[in-house]
Amino acid sequence: MPKPIPVPDEVSKPFWAACNERRLVVQNCTACNRKQYPPQPTCGACGSKEHLEWLPTSGRGTINGYCVMYDSRVGPLQADQPINIVVVALEDDPAIKFLSSLPGEPTDNVPVGAKVEVMFQDVGEGQLVHEWRLAK
Amino acid sequence: MVAPTGWMRNKEGLGVWEHRGKVAVAGVGHSPMDRRWDEKLEHTLGAYSIIAAQRAAADAGIKLDDIDGVLSCPGPLGDNWAPRPYFDPPYDSEDGITKVTAEWLTRGLGLKNTKWVHSYDSHVGPEWGLGAQAVGDGLCTTLLMLYPTGNLPGRYHHEMDNHARGPNQWLNLWSWGGISQWAYSFNEYCRRYNSNHDRLAPFVVNSRRNGLMFDWSYYAVHQPEPFTKEDYLAARWVCKPMSLFDADRPVQHSTAYIITTGERAKAMKQPPVYILNHAQGQNKVRSSVETIEETEEWTARLARILYEGAGLGPADIDIFNPYDGYTLFTQYWLEAFGWHGVKKGEAHDFYAGDISVEGPHPFMSSGGNNGTGRTRTAIYTDCIEQLRGTAGKRQVNVRAETAVAGCVLPQNNGHIVFGKHPS
Repeated sequence: MPKPIPVPDEVSKPFWAACNERRLVVQNCTACNRKQYPPQPTCGACGSKEHLEWLPTSGRGTINGYCVMYDSRVGPLQADQPINIVVVALEDDPAIKFLSSLPGEPTDNVPVGAKVEVMFQDVGEGQLVHEWRLAK
Repeated sequence: MVAPTGWMRNKEGLGVWEHRGKVAVAGVGHSPMDRRWDEKLEHTLGAYSIIAAQRAAADAGIKLDDIDGVLSCPGPLGDNWAPRPYFDPPYDSEDGITKVTAEWLTRGLGLKNTKWVHSYDSHVGPEWGLGAQAVGDGLCTTLLMLYPTGNLPGRYHHEMDNHARGPNQWLNLWSWGGISQWAYSFNEYCRRYNSNHDRLAPFVVNSRRNGLMFDWSYYAVHQPEPFTKEDYLAARWVCKPMSLFDADRPVQHSTAYIITTGERAKAMKQPPVYILNHAQGQNKVRSSVETIEETEEWTARLARILYEGAGLGPADIDIFNPYDGYTLFTQYWLEAFGWHGVKKGEAHDFYAGDISVEGPHPFMSSGGNNGTGRTRTAIYTDCIEQLRGTAGKRQVNVRAETAVAGCVLPQNNGHIVFGKHPS
């Protein structure tokens, strides 16, 4: 399923570079001991920029919920509708939520509560993006 | 011009609002209603805003020269729409066509006595609070408050780019946004509280019925046929479990209100409708999505702030018009405010009862956006008319002395309490 290709910027560049190495990382504030995703210029809690670091994750999570898109506003996704939009809670910190289309699974009747693991999908122009699949 | 600083009431512990009962709504004006702009000068958002303003002044029984303050949330509500060919001044830019600033409106009406003219880059929810505070603080004594909502041909918010930049890096790859957020949230609500999408039908049918009781509403003017449960259940999915009739219909329309001091309002044409408090919520999600826990926490906190500042509680609120831009989140407001005793998880049971305007639980007596079109103002106008006793077919049979309305989302909203009496 084609996806838009993310354009890395100053804040997100390390994240997308890690994806290209098949690593899922998140920001962590060493002052607050607080992870955050999506990446931000500063810590969402204390506002610090200098205390932000990148941490590897387990790459494991749980399906928190979902919906099914039938009429997307995003052009590149329209040909494959309907598509799952799944919310994944990261095992390392369930407050951290990722999105996924759960590639390879049928639409609807997504198993909420199921374990998932990260995978990486080539979206073109040499960019891998993080996706999730049901854990084996 | 500057707005009052620190005017937002977004924390608990502020006590009763210092201007409670001293500010009042004196006039209401609605423009004609179209689905989209037809590119004619006389149907621009600017033209409609002038009509709405004139009608509000006439409703209040005042002359335009009596207005000394103008407030607008200019928009645009959809996309930026530009560029396009323009007309001669004053329709020679987007101002007056797809948005209407307070400055444009002041010039368009030829207002001569304004001392506070402010364009506020937000939406009608917090706008009400800013307007009430401005009058209460004495920045002006007779405020013309405008909320224009425009709509042009085509669909908006569509992203056809094959690349995702900025915040879209985290959204567009998975088609995340307003619709998907609330579809996901509603699924979670149903899982948690053992409900399902079909149980929204009575609420939506009731809203469409109530909306037809406004003679200016989109459906009264353009689609007056009754809307049934079967119509609702047959609608196509947009983002399951959100169907076509769970989302309001964008329209071309402007609304204006005259807000003044309680004392001045007594001398005007209509019975004053006093403002008892305003409150705002601005919240940030912890991660990519707004969870049910966040939604319930934020809505409950907003309700507590609003009740505290008005010196009222759930049992004191007679008319309740929460936001329904998507029908899938209205239940959070209903439950947070505890209107008519509705607790967490009970909203759909409540919808299944008698929520008609004639009955004991006249919920969303305005019909909301889904009943009238995406004006975001029917909720306020209904509150005002119910308290005046001029709501016509929508007039409730229960007590109508206090009212609450608000926009938009748990993450970013403003709410207001109206009272028939100042104390």
